[in-house]
Amino acid sequence: MSVSICRSSGDAVRAAQAPDAPGPGEPGLEERALDAHDRAIVLTTQAGLPLVPDPWGAVGREVGLEGEAVLARLRAMQARGVIRRVAAVPNHYRLGYVANGMTVWDVDDAEVERLGREVATIEGVSHCYRRPRHLPLWPYNLFAMLHGRSREEVERQAEALRERLGAACRGHRILYSSRILKKTGLRLARRAPPA
Amino acid sequence: MSLAELDAVDRRLINRLQEGLPLVTRPYAAVAEALGIAEGDLLYRLERLRESGVLSRFGPMYHAERLGGGLTLAALAVPEADYDRVIQAVNAFPEVAHNYRREHPLNMWFVLATETPARIDEVIAAIEAATGLPVFNMPKEEEFHVRLHLPV
Repeated sequence: MSVSICRSSGDAVRAAQAPDAPGPGEPGLEERALDAHDRAIVLTTQAGLPLVPDPWGAVGREVGLEGEAVLARLRAMQARGVIRRVAAVPNHYRLGYVANGMTVWDVDDAEVERLGREVATIEGVSHCYRRPRHLPLWPYNLFAMLHGRSREEVERQAEALRERLGAACRGHRILYSSRILKKTGLRLARRAPPA
Repeated sequence: MSLAELDAVDRRLINRLQEGLPLVTRPYAAVAEALGIAEGDLLYRLERLRESGVLSRFGPMYHAERLGGGLTLAALAVPEADYDRVIQAVNAFPEVAHNYRREHPLNMWFVLATETPARIDEVIAAIEAATGLPVFNMPKEEEFHVRLHLPV
């Protein structure tokens, strides 16, 4: 049981926590595309990239690599999809996108894959996934996150999704977020890299 | 720093950097040149946007599963009288990357990011123990699109 580990730290970077040794047959280690240097780069940049003219050199000084090597590794990680991109993540409320609607749809299982791909391209959709239902409380299997400057704008976007889903959709909801309770983003624990 | 305080250059910078920083030597100089401003001006503006919270973060966006980790979306139906206590209990877990209040009987929605896929179930069990509430786990089964872009 790992409650004490989980609750031991509110730090943004989970410093020096005891790793849970993976059990036999557990996926992960061999599938990880990261070596120790990659992992050090991830740890050093996950809170943010240095805002200096040569950010790769600054990261390199932290991890014991030349700046060019850091850049080459970041490029390789981006090519493998480990990094989606190096980018600015806006606080959507601060940019005026005060209406943030998680739309959820109960879509015919036979159609959800095709329709998911279609609605993902509609303006305003930032994330779109198929997820499991939890009947009877939660019949929805398709999630599309919408962002607008008003609820009216989100509702117009949702209407476009509803039209595209058509008869395959048996019901939907828009769950607005009314408060950010936490937003730290993805964090990797600081521990020894896998062998 | 409010939306009204962003000038035209700030807005172009935010729009440009949501697309991504080029992975080149002196990347900020490359973006500054494209925007017609000095590198130092860009760095100053970017620092101000980050410090003031207009940008939540600026840096590499990692794909949790491809890092070998676990990622899931989960929800709780929290009684109103208990809401603040449950916020504290859930947010205390470092694996909770985001947590939002939403208007639905399932009124707390959080993303868990863990070192290994197997840790997800352990953390969910620990959250259930800490809150006394059942966790509705909704891991993605298929990803159709991930691209947050908010023009300003």
